[in-house]
Amino acid sequence: MNAPVKFETTLKDWETDQEVRWCPGCGDYAILKAVQRTLPQLGADPANTMFVSGIGCSSRFPYYMETYGFHTIHGRAPAFATGIKLANPDLDVWLVTGDGDGLSIGGNHMMHVLRRNVNMQIMLFNNEIYGLTKGQYSPTSREGTPSPSTPIGSVDRPANPAAFAIGAGARFVGRGFDVSKNLPDVLKAAHAHQGAAFIEIFQNCIVYNKDVFNDFAAPKGAGDNQLWLEDGKPMLFGDPKAGFDKGIALDRDTMALKVVAATQENWEEVGVLVHDAKSRVLAHMLIEMPFGPFPMALGVIYDDPAPTFESAVAGERAKATKGKVANLGKLLGSGQTWTVDGTEGHPTD
Amino acid sequence: MATKAAENTNATETAPDAVVVRFAGDSGDGMQLTGGQFTMSTALAGNDLATFPDFPAEIRAPQGTLFGVSAFQINFGSRSISTAGDAPDVLVAMNPAALKVNLAALKPGGLVIIDTGEFTKRNLDKAKYDVSPLDDDSLAKYDVLAFDISELTIEAVKPFGLGNKDALRSKNMWTLGLALWMFDRERGPVEDWLKSKFKSKPEIADANIAALNAGHAYGETAELSGPLKQLSMPPVPAEPGLYRTITGAEAVSLGLVAGAQLAELPMFFGGYPITPASAILHHLVRLKEYDVTTFQAEDEIAAICAAIGASYAGSLGVTSSSGPGIALKGEAMGLAIMTELPLVIVNSQRGGPSTGLPTKTEQSDLYQAVYGRNGDAPMPVVSACSPGDAFEVAIEACRIATQYMTPVMLLTDGYIANAAEPWAVPDPDTFTPFPAKFLEAKNGPANENGEPTLLPYKRDENGARPWIKPGTPELMHRIGGIEKQVDTGHIDYGPENHQAMTDARVAKVAGVKVPDQEIAAGKAGGKLAIVGWGSTYGPIHQAVNRSIANGMDVAHIHVRHICPLPANLGELLKGYNKVLVPEMNTGQFKTILRDAYLVDAQPLTKTSGQPFTIAELEAAIEGALS
Repeated sequence: MNAPVKFETTLKDWETDQEVRWCPGCGDYAILKAVQRTLPQLGADPANTMFVSGIGCSSRFPYYMETYGFHTIHGRAPAFATGIKLANPDLDVWLVTGDGDGLSIGGNHMMHVLRRNVNMQIMLFNNEIYGLTKGQYSPTSREGTPSPSTPIGSVDRPANPAAFAIGAGARFVGRGFDVSKNLPDVLKAAHAHQGAAFIEIFQNCIVYNKDVFNDFAAPKGAGDNQLWLEDGKPMLFGDPKAGFDKGIALDRDTMALKVVAATQENWEEVGVLVHDAKSRVLAHMLIEMPFGPFPMALGVIYDDPAPTFESAVAGERAKATKGKVANLGKLLGSGQTWTVDGTEGHPTD
Repeated sequence: MATKAAENTNATETAPDAVVVRFAGDSGDGMQLTGGQFTMSTALAGNDLATFPDFPAEIRAPQGTLFGVSAFQINFGSRSISTAGDAPDVLVAMNPAALKVNLAALKPGGLVIIDTGEFTKRNLDKAKYDVSPLDDDSLAKYDVLAFDISELTIEAVKPFGLGNKDALRSKNMWTLGLALWMFDRERGPVEDWLKSKFKSKPEIADANIAALNAGHAYGETAELSGPLKQLSMPPVPAEPGLYRTITGAEAVSLGLVAGAQLAELPMFFGGYPITPASAILHHLVRLKEYDVTTFQAEDEIAAICAAIGASYAGSLGVTSSSGPGIALKGEAMGLAIMTELPLVIVNSQRGGPSTGLPTKTEQSDLYQAVYGRNGDAPMPVVSACSPGDAFEVAIEACRIATQYMTPVMLLTDGYIANAAEPWAVPDPDTFTPFPAKFLEAKNGPANENGEPTLLPYKRDENGARPWIKPGTPELMHRIGGIEKQVDTGHIDYGPENHQAMTDARVAKVAGVKVPDQEIAAGKAGGKLAIVGWGSTYGPIHQAVNRSIANGMDVAHIHVRHICPLPANLGELLKGYNKVLVPEMNTGQFKTILRDAYLVDAQPLTKTSGQPFTIAELEAAIEGALS
């Protein structure tokens, strides 16, 4: 986003010579391709692009991108990325994390990178399971998830990554899923956003949590189950052949969202809301919509930029150093000093 | 040690060439400020000095209690001073609790100055005195000067219309005025300091100055009778040059700034507040014009991770903490070792384990520094032995980190961090620069297509890999914590590769060039070597010098480079019949020396949260030689 020059690249330019080692059929492959397809469209410069990750299946991502990359330690990628951006704000940083890395061991750092609004794209691959450690339940696993550490089903209530992000003060919250054709558009919007852009990407773990997102991600019934949001457009969904037959409206009695029957002709009359990506209140409601009675809110849910951390730090530096010149000799000899000069009272030998 | 002064090891007990004064009061009484200003005046008078601030962990402990006592000890004189002194000659006790906690330390025959205004029934109860020590014979072996400092202060500041509570806040300045009179010090610098400190509240500045003058005037008047005598102490013979006082925290900060400049790098400092390390963050945050970026992270782990990220991006990453925080940083240190990135980790040690003694000093993180990581994770460790020395050691840490592409741990402790000493201001032109180099083009052999290749883990003559700044065209590469393939840096779990890379990391750190070990006092070979590291320098040095003066065959060896150890140290130690290692822990360096050289190093340990006294060490030397 910061490169003034648009670079001409193709998908191939973003592939490394390393063999990709995810399980066959893993949703990560699709996300990798989506990213590699998106970067040429952004005119990004591989030498100025950097992928930073923590630990987990998703965090192997940097090894497969022909850019600069740092595969760090579990949960701490946001802290590394913050240091990288403060040292060189011009680098285009993408952070790759998962539900365990980003919300369990690294939940603290995720909160702070979001509230500080460090300018980067944060892709959280949510597969609702610990993959790399062989299938334990994660902080986003649904109640009752059977796993090696919960043989008769998990009992904790899951965290909602997008709700966490907006609660932490994120100024961009997007959602997509691994095989969605719309994912590159969400990535592009995140990239265009100046500040920390949080993207929850539902990702199918073919081995330990297979097809857990099929309820909304399966092609069959996608129209009814997915609400793709677009700023300034009515929130319509349903059977695409029928030209969308439902919409999201506000129930003024309960101050909650509701699903109403709607057509292209009457959606305004029946109170279907127009998406306003700058509305934090609306974003909260869309993120919290329970799937089942409601479709899954996807796309750019919230996008309201605020000054970035790096720019604030740079501003502070400018203010603090105004009129000051670095002079090491002077600095070392600052404070209350005295001179021993060998005159009377100061014998020197 | 502190001032570059001619050693005077023949000082006799009777010669009044050094005095130890301890100011003690409630933690709200401003004793640290009083001590700090007295230190400044003493330094300006040309005396050498060393200080020991000793304060409670509580910010405002309940008033008048024993655990709320805050003290500041200063040893100063017209000869070289290297410790804060064993037993005070003068104790200023601002309340009963301060008297109770500190009296035992006072030299028999020493002077105790007491504010009787605070010796109320209530305060005596809080200090657990059944009978006022002013009313029994418990002070018989001391000179006592007891008078109502509180009342005298209130009188002195009356013209400024302050309420009693505010007026009493000037009590510490009254006391300082008296102390300045006692040692024939100028009041001008303190007045200037007060005016600048209370710039926006001139009436407060004036009240404090009035209290200062009143205390000074009291000394002049009281001299006529009683135990109060004025003592003029001539300046210490010192090498000509510019001097200032410096604390360890200031010296570390300035050394880091100098080190980054010598490496020609911007510095990134990631920190999280912790006692006693926070002072470094507070100093560096004010030095942004030296290309310093400071970042107060959300926790200790984020602080070091951000610093490593900054190092990857081409800055000199620095982080600082104390024991418990260093423990949290352990995993990230391993990553810096694996990814072979420069990093300086400052550990201002305090008493442990766990939260331990946050404001007291100890050297018990040595094992943690040398061994405290998972896997075979070698890391250079350097230690500072005094506030002034911390400057040079910080530069040394920056040099090793950038020249060898490795994290380096710099050990100081709570004593060094807070203590002040005079410091001969060095001339930056005399420093040797060690500019960092970044790889600009591919460094590997041509591939089958005749194109050059990139080898991010190809090693130079130091065993260091190249530093490659993200943003450099054509040099894209990936690093991480998984074992790296030799040269290419690709992921490689292969058995031969892990053996080769483990060996390479060990060899790199073992091969860090460090200066040969010098002898601080005494001669090479003999009956006994006292081997120390860190802040025990002062008391060991004084004790060894005194013992030598008394005809004993003993030497002082003080080790700065803990890992790797100086190449000649093993041979040096084998030249002595006995090796005694005094440490403020349960014997950690002793074990390292035994391990490295199979020498029979004997421990002398102390874990009371207080530094060694010279007397303790003299006794130990005598014991070892008898």
